[in-house]
Amino acid sequence: MTNEYRHSVSLDRDKCKGCTHCLKRCPVEAIRIRDGKAQINANRCIDCGVCIDVCPNKAKKATSDKLEDLKKFKYTVALPAPSLYGQFDNLDDIDYILQGLLDLGFDEIYEVARAAEVVSGMTRLYLNRKDIEKPVISSACPVIVRLISLRYPYLCENILPIQPPIDLAAARARERALEKNPGLRPEDVGVVFISPCPAKVSYIKNGLGGKKSDIDLVLSMSDVYFDLIGVMKKQLTPEPISRTGMIGVSWASTGGEATAIFNDKYLAADGIENVIRVLEQIDNGNFPYLEFIELNACSGGCVGGMMTVENPYIAKARLQTLKRYLPVSENWDFRDDGENSDIPEKYFSDPVKYAPVSALSSNMSEAMEKMARIQEIHKTLPDIDCGFCGSPTCYCFAEDVVKGNADISECVVMMREKKQKAAKEKNHEDS
Amino acid sequence: MAEAITFHYDVDGENFTSAGNASVQVKRKLRQLGFPPEIIKRVSIAMYEGEINMVIHASGGSADVTVTPEEVRIVLTDHGPGIADVALAMREGYSTAPDNIRSLGFGAGMGLPNMKRYTDTMEIDTEVGRGTTITMTVKVA
Repeated sequence: MTNEYRHSVSLDRDKCKGCTHCLKRCPVEAIRIRDGKAQINANRCIDCGVCIDVCPNKAKKATSDKLEDLKKFKYTVALPAPSLYGQFDNLDDIDYILQGLLDLGFDEIYEVARAAEVVSGMTRLYLNRKDIEKPVISSACPVIVRLISLRYPYLCENILPIQPPIDLAAARARERALEKNPGLRPEDVGVVFISPCPAKVSYIKNGLGGKKSDIDLVLSMSDVYFDLIGVMKKQLTPEPISRTGMIGVSWASTGGEATAIFNDKYLAADGIENVIRVLEQIDNGNFPYLEFIELNACSGGCVGGMMTVENPYIAKARLQTLKRYLPVSENWDFRDDGENSDIPEKYFSDPVKYAPVSALSSNMSEAMEKMARIQEIHKTLPDIDCGFCGSPTCYCFAEDVVKGNADISECVVMMREKKQKAAKEKNHEDS
Repeated sequence: MAEAITFHYDVDGENFTSAGNASVQVKRKLRQLGFPPEIIKRVSIAMYEGEINMVIHASGGSADVTVTPEEVRIVLTDHGPGIADVALAMREGYSTAPDNIRSLGFGAGMGLPNMKRYTDTMEIDTEVGRGTTITMTVKVA
C-alpha cells in the first residue's frame, strides 16, 4: 500500500483515559476515541507530536532507540541536532557537549549543524536558478513535508529538492568514519542521530527522502540529555571538536535557516496551526513575493520539539550566547562566487509526490452522494463539537457515520434531547 | 447522475483575518469529493479573490457554491456600493481599494481579472447603490 507510513507516535492503552484533549487538538483530525481509548489514523497522522504534548495522562509516546543499542556496532558516530546545544545551562562552549557524547561511548561526532551550513550554501545556489518555483519551501521539517504531500498538490514542487541536513550529515559521517578506519566495513559503523522530535524518527524509519536512510539509530534528545548531564560535570577543558558557525547553530530555532539565505525576501513561521494558515494562503496565490519559506511544526522551531527538555524560548536564548563568538559559517562547501557553484546531483532528493488521503470515494458520484448524506446528518447534530462521540467535531462525526465508522446513536447530546422529549411527553400524558 | 451539492457561506465583512475561510472550506470539500487538483486550485483562487473583494468593498456578503461532477458554480452576493464601471474594474491594476487596505498587501487591482482568468464563465450583475452578484463556473473537462 502506498500510504503505509511508519509512525513513531503511539499510544499506551493502559494510560489512555479516553478524554478529549488529543482529539480536539490534532491539527489533521487523525484521532478518534473508540471504546474509550484514543486511536490514531496512520494514514492521516503527520507526526507533529501535538497529542504527546497535550495528553494529561502521558499516554502518547514517541518511540526511539536506546543508548544500549550502540553495542550493536563496532564504531559509532553521534549526530547531534543543533537544538541539543540549547538544552544546557551555564554553557559557553559547544565542545563540552560533544566531549560528553564521546564520554558516553561514541567514537566520533558529526554535527548536524555542519551539514545545515552546507545545505544553507546549496539553498543559496538553488535560489539563483531561474527554472524553479518560488517561494522555495524548506524541506527540513518532515512534518511540513508530509503535510504538504497530503494536502497541497501545487506546493509539492516548491519544496527544496535538496537533502535535509540529517541525511547529508549521515552520509558524510559514514564516509569519514570509513576513511579514517580502513579496517571497518560499512555495516560496522553505526550512525546515530540525536533527535529533538518524533517526526524525525519517523522520517528516518521511512526513508522519506526516497532512499534508505543512512542513519542506523535514532535516540531521543531527552534520553541522551540525562546521560549527558552525568558525564558533563567534569571540569576538564574539552577537546576542540565543534566545527559549526552561527548559521549551523541558528538552524535550531525558527528563522535560523531562513536568514541564512542572505536575502530579506523570506518568511519563517512555526507552530502547526500557524503553518497551516500560511500554507493555505500561499496555496491561494495571494501572497507577497517571497524567495524562501521556512516552516516548523513546533513552536520556536526544533528547540520546541517533543523530545527536547528545555523550554524552547529559554533554549533559544542560550543559543544566542553560544553563537556569540562563532564565525558566520565554518562550512563553505558551496558558494556562488565561482568554482563550487553547481550543486552535485547526489545532494538532490526525490521530488515530493502528492498523495491525498481525504477522498470519500474513488468514484465521484458516490463521493457526492456520501457528502450529501454527511450534510444531511450534520444539520441534525447540535454543532457544539463536544467530542463525546469520539469524533473531534460534529461535522467529523457526520463523516464518520457515513463512512460506517460511527453510529448516530453515539451523539450524547441528541440522545439526551430525545430522552427529555420523551419524558416531557410522558408527563403530558400523565397529567 | 449524482444530484448537485450546495454549500452556503456567510462572508464576514468586519473581520479581515477570516477572509478566505470559505475558500479554504470549499477546497477541503472538493478534495474530499475527489476533484482533480487543477480544478480545486482554480475554484479556490477565484473564490478567494471574490471573498476578499466582498470584505474590502462591500462589508461582506455570501457565497453559494453548487457542485456537480461536471462543474462548480460559485455565486457571490453582496449589498455593497456596486461597481460603477465594470469594464474599468476588469482592467488589470485598476483598484478602488483604500490605502489602509493596500498597506495590507491587497488592492493590487488583480481580483476581478484573476477571477475571470481562473474560471470558464463569469457574469457580473451590479447596480450602484444596490450591490453586486458575481456568478462564476469552473467546468470539469
